[in-house]
Amino acid sequence: MSKREGDGCTRKRKTEECVNRSSFVIEAFRVFQQELDTKHDKYERLVKLSRDITIESKRTIFLLHRVTSAPNVEEVLNEAEVRLNAVRQKISHIAEELGEDDLYQFHKAFMSGIQEYVEAVSFHHFIKHRTLISLEEINARLVFMRDEKTEAKVCGRSLWPGACVLTFQVTPTDYLLGVADLTGELMRMCISSVGNGDVDTPFELSNFLRQIHDGFSYIGNVGPYEVSKKLHTLRQSLGKVEDACYTLRVRGSEIPKHMLADVFSNRVPVLEEDD
Amino acid sequence: MSVTEMFTYIQGFLTADQDIREDIRKVVQILEQTAREILTVLQSVHQPSGFKDIPSKCLKARELFCTVQTQIGDLKTKFPVEQYYRFHEHWRFVLQRLAFLAAFVVYLESESLVTREEVAKILGIEVEREKGFHLDLEDYLAGILIMASELSRLAVNSVTSGDYGRPLRISNFINELDSGFRLLNLKNDPLRKRYDGLKYDVKKIEEVVYDLSIRGLAKEQEAGGDK
Repeated sequence: MSKREGDGCTRKRKTEECVNRSSFVIEAFRVFQQELDTKHDKYERLVKLSRDITIESKRTIFLLHRVTSAPNVEEVLNEAEVRLNAVRQKISHIAEELGEDDLYQFHKAFMSGIQEYVEAVSFHHFIKHRTLISLEEINARLVFMRDEKTEAKVCGRSLWPGACVLTFQVTPTDYLLGVADLTGELMRMCISSVGNGDVDTPFELSNFLRQIHDGFSYIGNVGPYEVSKKLHTLRQSLGKVEDACYTLRVRGSEIPKHMLADVFSNRVPVLEEDD
Repeated sequence: MSVTEMFTYIQGFLTADQDIREDIRKVVQILEQTAREILTVLQSVHQPSGFKDIPSKCLKARELFCTVQTQIGDLKTKFPVEQYYRFHEHWRFVLQRLAFLAAFVVYLESESLVTREEVAKILGIEVEREKGFHLDLEDYLAGILIMASELSRLAVNSVTSGDYGRPLRISNFINELDSGFRLLNLKNDPLRKRYDGLKYDVKKIEEVVYDLSIRGLAKEQEAGGDK
């Protein structure tokens, strides 16, 4: 009995001692807690921004698909431009959030959003100019001027007071993956333009897609793992577009223009099934 | 810019990227070798004979850490310092091991928890990102958790070697660590997974302490120490 009590005593004394000694460890972990929480919060904010960018970019792409049937192409393009500006605004928030941090530390948080943006902006560019937008052109549009309020805050710690420009750099890998996604949109655009009786666009598209395909083959497996996966899908898209061109060439002269739509509306469901 | 030009540019970028990674991998391999050597030196504390000359083992390990410093210095030259996180994956594992080894040495020497600053100093790196090649907080914490499981092993082996006081001290230390980690709000990431293992280490050590105390072995030791 008495032995037990004695044991209890040591235990109690022990825990006290433990708490005293631990103050250093606990203090250290309190600091760690703050640091981790700050980091996680930032990550979550970036994920949210990225999701918004994805949604808005997807909507822009849908809007751009209406180009093939729209009577006024300019109007659609302008509206898309407005939407893309809104997306860019969001990207400026990302740039702001990152500040002087390492872009790659939080890369996973916003990479899907950025890729979607690349897809949308390159699609827009293609419809307008019929060329592939370059990485520099994309990055050139991602330079933002800070507004007054943040300027005061950030310039305080910045080394040169004049540096109130905020830039965001799309990494070459993100660019590449975004362009790979673009090819899927182009394939869709090709099929729907045929449906509208437009017989020139498919040939133009198949040329363009072939160039991109050659580019991807040139890169091959030097790039990241995702690229080789996308290359497979790209091959399928190219196949569909080339098929469409083939059909147009062979049968285009036989079928009256107003019936072209019917021929392709029969084909489209088959094409989309193996998508 | 034509499509071909654009892809040539990207290809050039990717090739350069791969070259950097190759260089990093080579240095990291050497670093891993040194880390294994240090581990071998420290592992011998688990043997009965090893308990007697822990200080000399620690000294030997400290010497090897000098080699680590030069090797990390070499690693620093392989990539632009502001792109630390771009290549983080390559050295994350070995850095965690090294953090564990540094923490273990410091524990064996002074029976206290190594600070992040101290680990950084032992490895010859920085604590803050702004200053250059640094020790990520999560890597430091992961290293501490590896040490916890090593200590639970040490507790068992020290009983085998007849050192009954050590398990009690380890138990205190691990409990402290546990309450420290409880303060953190971990996400569902690798660190969290590793933290989930800590409770088994705590349990193991408590079992050892229990075994000692019901046989009066722990008390004996303590009485000797206290009175």
